[in-house]
Amino acid sequence: MGGMNRSLHYVAAEIGVTAEDISGWIERRWVLPARSGDKPAFDDADRARIRMILDFHRDLAIDDEAMPVVLDLVDRLHAARAQLRTLLEAVAGLPEPEQTVILRKVRGETEQ
Amino acid sequence: MRPEPGARILLVIPGLAASCGEAGWQRYCRAMNDPYKTLGVSKTASADEIKKAYRKLAKQHHPDLNPGSAAAASKFKDISGAYDLLSDADKRGRFDRGEIDASGQERADSSFYRSHAGGPQGARYRANAGFDPSDLFADMFARAGQGGGGGGGFGFGRGGGDFQEFRMRGSDQSYTLTVDFIEAAKGAQKRLSFPDGRTLDVNVPAGTETRTVLRLRNQGQPGTGGGPAGDALIEVTVEPHPLFRREGNNVLVELPVTLTEALLGGKINVPTIDGPVSMTVPAGSNTGTRLRLRGRGVAPKGAAAGDQYITLKVMLPKEPDAALSDFIKTWPGREYDVRSA
Repeated sequence: MGGMNRSLHYVAAEIGVTAEDISGWIERRWVLPARSGDKPAFDDADRARIRMILDFHRDLAIDDEAMPVVLDLVDRLHAARAQLRTLLEAVAGLPEPEQTVILRKVRGETEQ
Repeated sequence: MRPEPGARILLVIPGLAASCGEAGWQRYCRAMNDPYKTLGVSKTASADEIKKAYRKLAKQHHPDLNPGSAAAASKFKDISGAYDLLSDADKRGRFDRGEIDASGQERADSSFYRSHAGGPQGARYRANAGFDPSDLFADMFARAGQGGGGGGGFGFGRGGGDFQEFRMRGSDQSYTLTVDFIEAAKGAQKRLSFPDGRTLDVNVPAGTETRTVLRLRNQGQPGTGGGPAGDALIEVTVEPHPLFRREGNNVLVELPVTLTEALLGGKINVPTIDGPVSMTVPAGSNTGTRLRLRGRGVAPKGAAAGDQYITLKVMLPKEPDAALSDFIKTWPGREYDVRSA
């Protein structure tokens, strides 16, 4: 997943958005690149996030007012998914009878 | 979607789909039969109508709004491909005139944020959401608790203020308990001693059979954060009895009788689970004769009592009796058939 960290101008050209736009998004903390010296360094996730913001803005007509709400919900969704995955991994590590009990509960089956 | 700078639009000649592959970038060529249909617009739709239709569909199917959904990703590829073509007046005209096919370049899956969001690189954005794992659990399970019957499992109770404390039911604990036949048949109170020194009085109900599991609510491991304790699960083993056997609620016993009692009949005392009961053996009884004592079996709570069945077993005197032998030698009916069917 690592990939190479890219400069602001490289990413702006690659994605087709102005460096000023990206800088504004960093200021609003919509994008949180690592820093290399005093310059931002964008990894794959940052670049995909910039594409996502661009899509949301241009294709989905989400404006600057609504954007933080949408990004917050997307981030919460991924956090929830990450936690659910952790939980499922924990369940997978249990002996089978416990797994069965939990999975039954999840499916809404009642205790006999 | 606007093509990215440097990205090529692949114009695919039907039958030459193999030209879609390009080293370095994973690109796909997908034949979209009718981009108008994909966007749900008419052939005469204006640019504005096309844009509106695309935005409506994109809001629904954008992969970053549908993480985990392969269907959304595939649908989004179709609609963005269709929009690529129809939003460009030149390309749209060429498509309408049949000069080009409805295939375009598509974004690699890895260019969507959702491919990164769950990984280590996405962690800082998840954290940025002000999201603590226990918040998620608190939220998820508080809702679950409100909806369901609250029958145990995980649970989250409200602590002080906005803080929701983690609350979890204790785990169940298994024990075994051996009871004798009569205790199991008639019911009994047994005292269990736990390893931690606790004792627990267990009510063994009448009619308990071997391998019955008794569940004692909240007598298992204590819960955390004020959650309920788990249950104690007690598996009962019933010891066999030298005389009695059980078949459901009926009690079976094999009872030796003398030759005299069998031949001439008489009153005998029969053991039951409630103590000896007097009973008449009819004259002419034999080994294998089955007699019934109605209602003398096991009586579980709320069910009709079973019966006791007595199977007779005729016994000769332990020591050979000379007088009996002499009589039999001269008894005219001494040869009788017992083996033919």
